[in-house]
Amino acid sequence: MESARAQARLNKFLMYLVLVIMAFIMLVPFAWMILTAVKTNQESISVNPFYIFPQSGWHWENFAEVWKSYNFVILYKNTLLMIFFRVACACLTATMAGYAFGRLNFPGKKLMFSLVLIQMMIPSQIFIIPQYLMVSKLGLLNKVSGLVFPGIVTAFGTYLLKTGYQGLPKDLEEAAAIDGCNIGQRFLRIMMPLTRSSMVSLGIFTALFAFKDLMWPMIVCTKAETTTLSAGLAKMQGQYGSDYPTMMASAVLAIIPMIVIYVIFQKQFVEGIATSGGKL
Amino acid sequence: MKEPKAKMSAAAKNEAVWAWAFIAPTILGLIILNFYPAVNTVYQSFCKTGDFGRGNTFVGLANYSAALSAGETWHSLWNTIKYAIIEVPFGVVIALILAVFLNKKLKGTSAFRTIFFLPMVCAPAAVAMVWKWLYNQQFGLLNNIFHTNIAWISDPKLAWISIGVIGVWSVIGYNMVLFISGLQEIPGDYYEAAAIDGATGIRQFLHITVPLLSPTTFFIVQTRLIGALTVFDLMFMVMDKTNVALQNTQSIVYLFYTYAFTNGNKGYGATLVVILVAFIMIVTVIMQRAEKKFVFYN
Repeated sequence: MESARAQARLNKFLMYLVLVIMAFIMLVPFAWMILTAVKTNQESISVNPFYIFPQSGWHWENFAEVWKSYNFVILYKNTLLMIFFRVACACLTATMAGYAFGRLNFPGKKLMFSLVLIQMMIPSQIFIIPQYLMVSKLGLLNKVSGLVFPGIVTAFGTYLLKTGYQGLPKDLEEAAAIDGCNIGQRFLRIMMPLTRSSMVSLGIFTALFAFKDLMWPMIVCTKAETTTLSAGLAKMQGQYGSDYPTMMASAVLAIIPMIVIYVIFQKQFVEGIATSGGKL
Repeated sequence: MKEPKAKMSAAAKNEAVWAWAFIAPTILGLIILNFYPAVNTVYQSFCKTGDFGRGNTFVGLANYSAALSAGETWHSLWNTIKYAIIEVPFGVVIALILAVFLNKKLKGTSAFRTIFFLPMVCAPAAVAMVWKWLYNQQFGLLNNIFHTNIAWISDPKLAWISIGVIGVWSVIGYNMVLFISGLQEIPGDYYEAAAIDGATGIRQFLHITVPLLSPTTFFIVQTRLIGALTVFDLMFMVMDKTNVALQNTQSIVYLFYTYAFTNGNKGYGATLVVILVAFIMIVTVIMQRAEKKFVFYN
C-alpha cells in the first residue's frame, strides 16, 4: 500500500515535470518577443556578452514608436473591420442555410447539401486565383470589401449550424406552428436563439481564421495602409528585417489583441474549437 | 420523401419556398465564390497567361508538362511531405500525452491548457518572425544560450526540421484541445473495470485510451495532414528569397504563390494548384482506406 502511494506520488511528480517543461518551451518565444522588444537595437544584437534582459532599462517607449511609425491604428482598423464583416456575413448566411438544411424539407435538399460537403473537401487554394481576378475586376483591391469577399458565405459554418439545428427538440417548433407562427417567425423567435453556442463557435472560428490568414490579404491589399495586421507584419519584415526590437515590438502589437480576447473568453474559445473541430 | 411537384401540398410548397429563400445566399455564394473558381482554375491551368494578366491563350497540356518535368515541382512536393512528416506525428503524439495528463484533474490544469493553446490565437506571421529571430545564427537566443553556431534555417540539411519544429509548436494546443474533448467522452467505468483487473497506467492507456480515442485521433491526423500539405505562412515568413535552403524547404503552396502572384504567371500557378489538389485527393482516399482499418468505432 505504502509503495503504491509512493508510486502515485512519483507519477504525479513526473507528470507535472513534463507539463512544466512543455509550458516553458511554449512560453519562451513569447518571452523572447517581449524581451527583445524592450531592448535597444545595440543590446539586441550584442553577443559578447549576450544579454537576456535589457541592460539600459526596459524601453517600453519602443512600442509607442512602432505604433506611430508603422501606422498600427490603420492596421488594427482594417483587421477589425474585416473580422467584423466576415463574422457577420458568415453567421447570417450560415444560420439561415443551417436552419433550412437542419429542419425543413424541400426538393433538391440532398443535392444542395452535397454542394456544401464538396466545398468543405476541396482545398481552398484552388479558389484563390479566380477570386483574386474577380476582386480585381470589381475594383475591390485594397479595400476592406475585398478582404471580406471570399468569406461572405461559409460551407463549414452551414454544416456546423445544420448540426446545431438538428439537435434541437421537435416539439418546440410544433407548438409554435400550432400557435400560428409561420416558418420565418419560428426561425427568428424560437430556433435561432437556441443555437447560440454553435453561433459563438462559428464566430470565434471565423474571427480567428480571418485574423491569422496571410495569403489573401497579401494578395488583395498590397498597400501598407489598406492591409491587415498579418500581412502588415510580412511587409515590415521585408523592409526592416534587421531592426529586431522594432520587429518584435510590431509582432507583440499584432498578437496582443487576440491574446487578450482569448484570455477573457477562454472557455468559449476552447469549446468553440473543440466542438466545431474546424481546420485552422 | 420524393414527392412529385404536382402532388405537393400547400404546406409543403410553403416550406420549400422558405427553405430555398434561406439557402439561396449560401448556395449562390458557393457557386460564385467556390465552384466557378474551382472550374476556372482548372481551365486556366490549360492556358498561358498573357502579359499584364490579359489574353489567355489555350496551350493544352503545356503547363502540365512543364510543371511535371520541372525539378522544383517535385522538390517542393517532397519538401511539403517532409514538413508533414514532422508536424503531424510529433504534433499529435505530444498533444496526446499532454491531453492525457491534463485530463487527470491535476491542480493548475486550466493554466497549462491556456498556455499550450496560446500559439493557436497568434498570427502565424508573428510566430514565424519570433522563431526566425530565435534561430538567428549570429544573434539568436538558441545559438547564444547553447554556445553553438548552427545555421538553423539556412543549412539545407537542417532547415526543414527547424521549420517543422515551429509547426509542431504551433499546433500542439489545437490538437490537445480536440484530444481532451475526445478523452472526456470515454466512460469512466472502462478504467474502473480495468483497475479491478489490475491494469494500470500505461496498460490502461494502450488498451483503453488509444482504441477508444481512435476516431478523435483519426480526425486530428486527417485535418492536420491536409493543413500541413498546404503549409505556406511559416515558409513564407521564415525563408527569405535569398536563403540558400529555400529550395529544400519551400512548400508547393509557396511555389504556387511565387508563380501566380509574385511572377504573375496565373496559368502556371493554376497548374501547380491542380497538381496539389490531385495530390491531396489521393492522400484523402488513402486516409479513408486507413480509417476502416485502424479506427475503432464503438
